[in-house]
Amino acid sequence: MSATELDTVEARTATDDKRVNTKELRTARGLIFPAVLFLILLTQVPFLVTIGFSLVRWNLLYPNDRGFTGLSNYASALSSGDLWPSIVATVLITAFSVVLSVVFGMLFAVLLDRQFVGRAVARTLMITPFLVMPAAASLIWKYSMFDTNIGMLNWLARTLHLPVVSWSTEHPLMTVVIVLTWQFTPFMMLILLAGLQGQDKGILEAAQVDGAGTWRTFTWITLPHLRMYIEIGVLLGSVIIIQVFDPVAILTKGTGGTKTLAYLLYERAFIGLDVGQAAAYGVVTVVLTLIVATVALRTLFKVFMAGGSR
Amino acid sequence: MNRSLRGSLVTLVTWVLVLVFFFPVFWMVLNGFKPESVASSVNPRVFFTPVTEGYQLAMDRGMQGYLLNSVTASVTATIIAVVLAIPAAYALSIRRVKNVEGALTFFISTRFMPLAAVVLPLFMILKELNLLDNVYMLAIVYGAVNLPVTVWMMRSFFLEVPFEIIEAARVDGAGLGREIFRVALPLVLPGVAAAALICFIFSWNEYFLATLLTSSAARTTPPFLGSFVDGRGQFLAVLSAAATIAALPVIIAGWVAQKQLVRGLSMGAIK
Repeated sequence: MSATELDTVEARTATDDKRVNTKELRTARGLIFPAVLFLILLTQVPFLVTIGFSLVRWNLLYPNDRGFTGLSNYASALSSGDLWPSIVATVLITAFSVVLSVVFGMLFAVLLDRQFVGRAVARTLMITPFLVMPAAASLIWKYSMFDTNIGMLNWLARTLHLPVVSWSTEHPLMTVVIVLTWQFTPFMMLILLAGLQGQDKGILEAAQVDGAGTWRTFTWITLPHLRMYIEIGVLLGSVIIIQVFDPVAILTKGTGGTKTLAYLLYERAFIGLDVGQAAAYGVVTVVLTLIVATVALRTLFKVFMAGGSR
Repeated sequence: MNRSLRGSLVTLVTWVLVLVFFFPVFWMVLNGFKPESVASSVNPRVFFTPVTEGYQLAMDRGMQGYLLNSVTASVTATIIAVVLAIPAAYALSIRRVKNVEGALTFFISTRFMPLAAVVLPLFMILKELNLLDNVYMLAIVYGAVNLPVTVWMMRSFFLEVPFEIIEAARVDGAGLGREIFRVALPLVLPGVAAAALICFIFSWNEYFLATLLTSSAARTTPPFLGSFVDGRGQFLAVLSAAATIAALPVIIAGWVAQKQLVRGLSMGAIK
């Protein structure tokens, strides 16, 4: 949306507000109410219950020993030595995957922004990894790429007379990061490609005329222009990847420093049956996400209120 | 270096990189058509006589049932999300409730709430109500998970409707229902379709909740695929066939909706 259009929206609201009577406001509230109620019931309420659970001593193996324990679930989460490595694993996996997919996403966005034979086909092929069901993607990588016998990576290694690598046991973190990067590169590419297409072609030509090389044009004009798009990509990607569960469950089962918070909670609740402890991990996950999401939110609003595609 | 030569070189590099990147998908589809002994061989083969053995075996494992559950869950979730999102998005764009920003923040912060924070109580409550392993219950939860994105996305489409059209309808004495469903909605139908596709994609691919809230009767495709992890013996062909079937609906949906994908992923922020 362009700035002038935005002005019309603002003007529209202003004139509208004057005429808005209570009845109309009530109608508007009525329109939004079902959605809000639905979300409160299915997400907000359960979250409050999770906080409640986290303050209770409750292991399904000992159903009779149940009671309020205050913050002791958090204390034992801290002292058990599981929480900190899990936070580290979550942050590392998220950071590496997001940074790598932005880098590759940028590379592909720049390459696919050019005019060339079969560009539409190349773009279609490129977005596919993001569309493949994550569980399927993790399995395909685990067996047909990483496997020591039948994996293509090790076939390549053998062909080049390099040592065979047992990926998921020797480099568990990297294994998870590779699959996530593969899946999220198209995500970043799409966002950055939208940014490149919104670029003023006149400025680029002017830079060319002034004798700025490709690299200088890119770092001095394109990159600053893309900043907002990179921000959106990084933040949305982080918020999604921070909850990562599928590749961990399928590739490493949380071994070798890949036990993310989501996986730790799953393990504690559904294998260890310790509801109170698991709930405490759930709350910690929210706090961690909140930090990232607050930043994300601010950026999204800035972008949205500024009118989107500039 | 000559300009056009340099251009073709970059094109060549582009294609090589794209194909390398796409290779795992290509390999998945190819392996699905190999006899098991060929697929699980140490020496990869590109040329072979294609067979449908892998697909047969996947179906023998009851994959149709899981696919059907996936369809039911994803389609129901999409309907729930779209039906609830249209009036809400309308109020947040054209009708203008007080404090639009507050409402938008509510929706988006819900989207950012980790599933891990809500899954335990949901599990316990559904267990008490005997609603675990119920595909419609899973659909309702998915509907809630996807609702915020749908609202944001729909709002960005409604904002593009020229206000004069709405005003003209109001002058003509159109009621609220007519104003939304007969006047505004037809103008944003492509937006509805795009939002629906995004909901469908997220629901179809969801693994975490599906694993925890279903066990057998309502089990969807992702946890079914996940069960291959503990497989013994040779199973790459059947796994690849199953993964191909599982991934295909979303791949096709995504290819068709390519232009709208970025808008959905950025919740309407980027067009």
